[in-house]
Parts: sequence; C-alpha cells; structure tokens
Amino acid sequence: MTPRTTGTLDLTGLRTGPAQLWGAVRLVPLLREEPVAGLRLHRRALGEEHGVVQVDRRTTYHSYLPHAFVADRTGDGTPVATYGTHLTDDAAAGPPPAGMPLRLHHRLAKREGRGRLRFLPQHLALEGYLSLHFGGPSVVWEEWSQRAVRQGLSPRAEEAWTGAQVRGLADALRLFEIHPGQCGLLLYLGDTLAAAFAVPHPEDYRALHPTLVQDLYGEQVHHYATLMPPLPDFRARIAGPGIRSVAGLRAAARRQEEEWAAFHDSTMAAGLLGPAYAFRTVRRLGPFTLSRFLPGFRRREENHIGEIITDEAGRTAYLKTFRLSEKQVRRGHLLDQLAAHDWHLARTAAALGTGEAQLGLRLESAGFGALLRQDVLDHYRRQARGPGAR
Amino acid sequence: MATEESFGDLVAADDVLLFVNAAITATGQREFRSEAGEQRLSLDFLHSYILGNYRELYAAVLALDVNDHNAALIVQGLLATAGEATAAQRRTEGRLIARRLALLPPQRVYRLIRELRRAKVNNRRTRAILRDWLAARPDPALDAVKYRAGLKLALRHTHLAPPGAELGDFLFRPARRSAFATPLLDSWRRAHYQQSALYELPYSVAEGFAAKHGITRGTFLEKIAPRMTRQEQLRLQESGRRHGAEAVRADLARMPLTRLAGYVLGLPTDDRVRRRAELTEALRAAARRAAGPHRGSWGRVAAVLDDSFSATGSGQKRRRPLTAALACHFLLEALAAEYTPLWTSGRTDALLVHPLGPTPLGLRIVDALDTAPERLLIVSDGWDNAPPGLAAEVLRVWRTRLDPDGRTSIVHLNPVYDAEDFDVRRLAPTVPTAGLRDAEDLPTLVGLARFAEGRTGLPELTAYLDERTRAFLDPPAPATTPVPEPLPEDAR
Repeated sequence: MTPRTTGTLDLTGLRTGPAQLWGAVRLVPLLREEPVAGLRLHRRALGEEHGVVQVDRRTTYHSYLPHAFVADRTGDGTPVATYGTHLTDDAAAGPPPAGMPLRLHHRLAKREGRGRLRFLPQHLALEGYLSLHFGGPSVVWEEWSQRAVRQGLSPRAEEAWTGAQVRGLADALRLFEIHPGQCGLLLYLGDTLAAAFAVPHPEDYRALHPTLVQDLYGEQVHHYATLMPPLPDFRARIAGPGIRSVAGLRAAARRQEEEWAAFHDSTMAAGLLGPAYAFRTVRRLGPFTLSRFLPGFRRREENHIGEIITDEAGRTAYLKTFRLSEKQVRRGHLLDQLAAHDWHLARTAAALGTGEAQLGLRLESAGFGALLRQDVLDHYRRQARGPGAR
Repeated sequence: MATEESFGDLVAADDVLLFVNAAITATGQREFRSEAGEQRLSLDFLHSYILGNYRELYAAVLALDVNDHNAALIVQGLLATAGEATAAQRRTEGRLIARRLALLPPQRVYRLIRELRRAKVNNRRTRAILRDWLAARPDPALDAVKYRAGLKLALRHTHLAPPGAELGDFLFRPARRSAFATPLLDSWRRAHYQQSALYELPYSVAEGFAAKHGITRGTFLEKIAPRMTRQEQLRLQESGRRHGAEAVRADLARMPLTRLAGYVLGLPTDDRVRRRAELTEALRAAARRAAGPHRGSWGRVAAVLDDSFSATGSGQKRRRPLTAALACHFLLEALAAEYTPLWTSGRTDALLVHPLGPTPLGLRIVDALDTAPERLLIVSDGWDNAPPGLAAEVLRVWRTRLDPDGRTSIVHLNPVYDAEDFDVRRLAPTVPTAGLRDAEDLPTLVGLARFAEGRTGLPELTAYLDERTRAFLDPPAPATTPVPEPLPEDAR
C-alpha cells in the first residue's frame, strides 16, 4: 500500500489577485512572485480520440481524455535551465495523433525516461476517487455478493462534464485577462468553488489556460452554470472622508486589493483551504512529490478531490481539483464508513447510528445494491417494511 | 408642467448622446465581448428608436463624425421613412444626406443603394438624391470598371440613363462593341485576353484578372503597384514584401494617423524595433497634421491608455481599441505642452505596445492624477477589472474630496460599443464618456463630451448640433478645417 497522510492544502507563494466576472462565472487568479524552480509542465496533445488507460489486466478505464501532461523536472535546478526556452514545447516532438481510435496507456502515471514524469491530471484524481475502495470488501462477510468480492465496485462510472458543456465557461475563459505572473486560477460558478488549478510557472499557465475549457468539471458546476443568473461584481469601495491627498487615495486603493485577497482567502476559498485531506503519494521525483488527495466526505459541504505536486517544504507547485457533487459525496461517505469498519455491516450501521437494514437500503439507493447478496437485500427490505408485513 | 417638459428634455438629450456614442463606435462587427449579431441587433434597435422619436436630431447626427457604417444606416433610415417628414425637415435632410454621401467612400454608397433596393425604397426623393450623387462622380468610366455591379444596380434602381452611350453598352451589353473609345473601358475589354492590359486597371479589378491569367502574386503586385490607392499600398506593403514585390511602397508620411497606428501595430515587434525611427517620425508627423492649429495648446496633459488583453478587439476589428489608444497617444503628444502617457500594463515604450494583461485602471488613474495635470484623458473600453470598480471610486473621491472645483478636466474616451447597454461603457457618473473611432476626431469629441455629464439640457445640445450642421453644410475655407479623412480613393 502507498503511504497515506492527512493535512491541508498549502498555497504558500500563491497570492490572490482581483477577480474577473462573466455572467455566473467568477475567475480568481493566483499569482506567484517567483516561479517554482526545477519543475515545468508540458502538454502532450493526444488528439480527440478515445483514450484508454489500463489500470490492471482485468479492468480498462474509459473516459474522455483531452490532455495528458508531462511533468518536466530540469536536472540541475538552476534558473537558466529552469525557464530556458529549450523546454517550451515538448508536444511537437511527440508522434502526431494517428487515425487509431484507441490509445492504450500503460499506467496512469509512469516514469518516462530519467527526470520526467508523464501523468494524466484529471484521470489521476478520478481514479483516486473511484478506486478508493476499488478492491471491494477486504473481509468477506457473508452479506457481500460473490460479484462484489470478485470484481469490486465495477462498473466505476462517474458523471463529469467537459468545460465546453458548461454554459458561459468558454466565454469567461476566453475573455479572461491573464495577469503577469499568474500561475493559477480558482474557478467559481454561482460563487461556489468549482475547481482550483495552479502550475509552477507563468508560461505554463499561459499555455494551459485555453485547455481549462476542455477539462472535466463536476455535476454541480454544470447545474450552477445553467441555473444561476449573472452575479454582481465585488466592486471596490473607498470611503471618501479622511482622504486629503493623492497619496492618501493611492493608499486607500492599495488597501482595496489587500482587503479583497483577505476576504477571498478566508471566506470564498474556505471550503478548499480549510478542511483536512487524505493524501496518498503516487510518485516521488527529486524534491517533488506527486500525490492525490481525498476529502473527508462531509455531507452538505464542499468536497474536492484532486492531485497535487509539492516541493520538499510541502508548498504547492501544481494543483488540480475536481468538485464532487452531493450524490458523489454521499457515496464516498458510505464507502468511507464501510472501509473504516472493515466492511462489517452491523458495526458500520452502529457507527452511523442506524439499523443494519437501513444501511443495506441506503447502500442500494446509493447504487451499490449489486454488492449485497440478493437474499440478504430482500431480507432487509422485508425488515424495513415492518414486522407485520410478511 | 414645466418640470415635466424639462425632464423629457433631459431624457431626449441623454438618448441622443447615447446614439451619437453608438454611431461613432459601433460597426455591427464582432467585438471582444460581444458577437456581431448582438451588435447589429442592438444598433438596429437604437436606430429605429431614435428615428421614431427624434427625427430632426437623428438627421443632424449626420453632421457629426459618425462612422461610415452608421452614416449609411442613417441615410437609409431617413430615405425609407420619407413620408413621415415635414417639408422643412425634408429640405434639411436632403442637404445633409447629399453632403454626407459626397464624403462617404463610393463603395459604401453603392452598398447603400443595394440595401435601398433590397428594402424596396425607391421614392422620388431617393432617386433625386442618387441622381445628384451619380452626376457628381468625377470619373464615370472608373466607377463603371471598379464598381461595375454597383453602378449597374444603381442605374437600374433609379431608372436613370447611363452617362453616355458607350458607358451604357459597357455596363449592359459589353459584347456589342469590338472596341471602346474610353481607354479605361477598353483596357477592361482587353484584360480578358491580354495580360499587359490588366495593369492599366484599378488594383481591385486587376486582381481578378490576374487570378484568371494565373499570374503569380509577386509579379502581379510588383507591376500593379502604381495603380494602387494610398490605403491599398499601406495594406499590401507587408504582404508584397513577403512575395518579393518591393515596388509596393506606402508613403507613410501621407497616411492618416489612425490608419498608420493600425499599420504599426500589425508589424511584428522585431520590425518595429528595426524601423523605430521611421515609424515614430511618421506617427509624429501624422499627429502634427491632425493637431493642426491646436498644436501645443492643451497645457499639461496626462493620459491613461488601455493596452490590456481586451484591446485585442476581435477577428473582425483586429486590435482596434489598441490602435485608437496608440493614435491618441501620439495626437496628445502633439496637442500637449507637457505630456505624461501611462499605459495600463506599465510599459513605457509606446511603439512596442501589445495587448496583454489585466486592466488596473484605478491605480493608473491615481498615478496620472499624481502628476497634477490640467487635462486627464482615459482611453479604455471601460472594463476596469483589477480590482473591479476601483477607477470609478478613485474618480469619485477625486471629484468630491480632492478637486471639487474641477481644476482637472477628465474625459473618458471609449472605442468599444457595448451592445447590452446601447452605449459605450462608462467608468463613473461624474466623468463624461464619449465614443471614439478615429483619434483625429479627439478634439471635437472632448468638446462633445461636456454634454455627456448628464447636466446639459436639450436646448444646448440642439444649439450645438445646429452649429455643427451649419458648419457641415457650408464648409468654411479649407485652410481652417482639418482635411477630411476621405480619401483620394478614386484618384487612380
């Protein structure tokens, strides 16, 4: 098993910039004073054809795969080598997208030569979520069906939308004015955080900004974008009294920027930065660590999954998150609880404060009915209907 | 009763100013933040609204520096609803239309005729106005060759006899004659089979024949260069150079300021660095010409110029907002005694500007006010986003707290029409905003902007429009008027 740790996201080095608004989409830039040395990202265009990632011999993983990124770590870490132009575009060197409709990736992340790491960003995160309890029950209690024991939680399909399907998002991204030194973006729809994205270098960001529209976004994002009316801007306000000179006016204007950043970090992004996450390390490469993280699956709150590259001090070099819908959170919560109690139904039910039958029915309504043996499930149903009904 | 009337007057003044701003900036083309369809819909509504409610003011707008697209729309609107006008209105309108048509580029007028035909507008007045316009064309043979379809359609629509039997044959029965006496018409006939003849034709006509004869682009451009108009030379200079046609040479010193700014911004940065002295000198000369008698008379001027990413414009109006800003920069340099330019990106080299980054207008305005200018001009599309709304707050506090007497005159010039608001986007209610098309009009726009503060009533505005109308209809001696932009387009 890979090591797991818990902790919060650390966005040290990323400063919040002024937001830009388009309809219901609010985009908040993250700025770096200094790019992260020694790490650059490259885009590897795979073309629009179906990408298939083989996790193991039994399961294949189907999903829309617009991009695969290559994390490049420059060997010596000197600034010249780091943002030298020789690293700028790796995609051109790769083979052009052929007419082959399917493309097999051997693993979701694998070493590709020395000092380079290829990974498929959103897939890592989705796989991390889906395979949370991928193996199925670890203890074969008698209630679990043979299929669950043998095949795990298959089929592992989750719903996500590409950004192009989210109304207004393409326009908002196209019209966004990228700040100098910008290395990231927080995307709000209807003022709820939909996704966070950060890269080590401003040029990487500039290259990746147009690809954001092809990324995957959760179900909630789609709903908010479709249903929310245009939002009001958080407009700057300067109190007139007390300003007697241009210098005073300038200081007041500067204060506006700081106040916005403080408000944003403490209030708007609280759902992302506040709670603790369970990190699982995927790969270490020099000073950098690539890990996936899972939220605490707290219901009726923001829950983000994602992937992150941190340096040795734990600061974020690369970050990409995906917001789970409420339904996905509920399912994650159930599975989390089951796993915490070794997949024992009665003990889990006790921990959740309900009866075993109720838990069984909850599993069924969450879409996990096939995991339970049919006769056990029927028994639960009879119990739920009441003692008189036979 | 009196208050009701004056309230109505205020609304009318507001509506007309809004329309003037729209008529200067909007072209029905795609903008950075709205599609062509939205722009057209919004503009069409505005035209029918103003025409329906304030017919006289609508016609008087023809006397202002509105763009050609809107001038044509206004003419079409007036001609299509001729029945609704009184006799006095018709007389003024007729003169305004005739004068405006004379200033419009001919291709615009031919397009207008096509639109009139499509809308089935063919009243006596329309025919008379078009007859006078056609009669005043300097060279009917050139029109017949260069705007063949347009002229044919115009003659058909107005039931006029072609000027001369030969021209009539040329347009309607070209096969009937084996040779034309007019050299240009004969060149056109010979160009169908003789390559050398096509170089006697205007560039846009010869281009089609060159394709028919399979002449390579480089050779064609090289030989046709003397037949190009000024703007064709400017437009094709760079592509000609790529094709090895060095003969295509635009005389930059003769170009109008805004066109020249657009040309400079179309050059790659390396070229701009290499030709820095030449380009700067050409821009300065054009600015001096545009400034005319006002040169150096504006005192201490500061300008906040928007070179944020949104100054890219759109595929149809490429870099238009940035072009306007760059042209304003050089014009203000000529107008001011002491000049401080402040680009939003913080760059200082105006020749190398490039649309990039956010729009921190608020802080740049503070920087500008720090220099204690007599005039502050802001050239921006009005999307102040870093942080949003700061510019409005800075301007408000400045006006209410730091400069209540209005020692500094602040004007916002906006080159982009906002389709949703039916106006150019404003920065602050205390600061007048005017639409901007060509930087050359800047002095008149600043004069117009004082009406946009919202406190001026209809009588003042009507008086101003009357004065402009008079000046427009009876132009004083050409020495005092700045040379109007158009265009010796037909000179060749």
